[in-house]
Amino acid sequence: MEALKQELKSKIIEVLNLEDITVADINDEDALFGDGLGLDSIDALELIVMLDKDYGIKLVDPKEGKTIFKSIEVMADYIAKNRVK
Amino acid sequence: MNKIYINGLGCISTQKTFDTLFLEESAVNEVDTILSIHQPVYKEFISPVASRRMAKGVKNGIVASTLALREAQLETVDAIITGTGMGCIEDSEKFLKAILDNNEEFLTPTSFIQSTHNTVGGQIALGLQCKAYNLTYVNGSISFESALFDAKMMMEENDASSVLVGGIDETADYTMSLFRLAGFIKNENQGLDSFLKSTTKGVVFGEGATFFVVEKEKKATSIAAVLDVEILNALEIDKIENKIGSFLASNNLKFIDIDAVVLGYNGDMDSDAYYKILSEVTFANTPQVYYKHLSGEYDTASAFGLWVGTKIIQTQSIPDIVKINTIDKETYKTILLYNQRNGIDHSFTLISSC
Repeated sequence: MEALKQELKSKIIEVLNLEDITVADINDEDALFGDGLGLDSIDALELIVMLDKDYGIKLVDPKEGKTIFKSIEVMADYIAKNRVK
Repeated sequence: MNKIYINGLGCISTQKTFDTLFLEESAVNEVDTILSIHQPVYKEFISPVASRRMAKGVKNGIVASTLALREAQLETVDAIITGTGMGCIEDSEKFLKAILDNNEEFLTPTSFIQSTHNTVGGQIALGLQCKAYNLTYVNGSISFESALFDAKMMMEENDASSVLVGGIDETADYTMSLFRLAGFIKNENQGLDSFLKSTTKGVVFGEGATFFVVEKEKKATSIAAVLDVEILNALEIDKIENKIGSFLASNNLKFIDIDAVVLGYNGDMDSDAYYKILSEVTFANTPQVYYKHLSGEYDTASAFGLWVGTKIIQTQSIPDIVKINTIDKETYKTILLYNQRNGIDHSFTLISSC
């Protein structure tokens, strides 16, 4: 699980082009949206595509993202339970 | 046509054209065949949150427009009009590559959103919260002049009193490789000595973003006036002198009234034949200026040319690095800019001191 969390942090930084942010800057429990990393709705779409492409998880209802993308901790847990890749 | 006034300038180019007076830190790149932007510190103009999704063309457009607005001391304008030949080609390439790499699946939104030709105009409007007229012209080498012409018409029709006008283009790797294959880009940079007497096809390519704040009313800080703009799709080489003569005559001017002529020499032997006639005959006794040896050639390089022309009027001097001949004038009041590429997309722009 720890490796998956680190992997997710790296992917998020790369996919969302988060300049000046390193893996070490993101805590597992930090909110990804709003006050935390400050991601927005376009980032949510990028993360949905990333889940599909890298882990084979298709989010049929984009509203699910609100829960799944709460933090790295929650995201990693969801991926570990639902991944097909 | 009525005069409009240039009250602010901003230029991001392959030379250091910001935080400088007028090309004093410029140098001709005699090695590369694709020239890259001299980057400003983007963070001073765009928040990291916003800039992370922007390709360089968008960032350069925002910086150049901000500089122009600052010089004009304006917070916003009545219209934003941009010109671009290739638009945001970097993100277009990214998006198309993703389609191919992922077998038409997993398409992400960012590069698609940012890939349109009007991304720069849109992002500037978002930054300024400007909900006014916003248009982008995509007309090859007259993209910028089309935007300038539109701005002038808007003011003549009293639809706007201040307009932000700009020309933006960026390079992108795959497109440049295709241009090289097609022979649009030279195989090697042949240096400054042969630039004006080139015997080869192709150009040294460049990129840039140049913005002007133009206003209907003259201010104490006005830099120059745009007297007239005319664009033509095609013109035969033996008609160029007559065409310029009639353009000047429509502004009650003769060849002798022109204090300097800014020509779009780009190092392609066929394209430059149009300028040579003017250099050797029509304007043989007039100060002549070139600039694409500094900026590189791209669809909106003529916006850089207008920046050079405007700076000549502002500083009343022509830097040696852009001089074609050694003729000087005591004052530079009226300047003609002529640009075309491969015999198409001709533009004539007449500017003067205020």
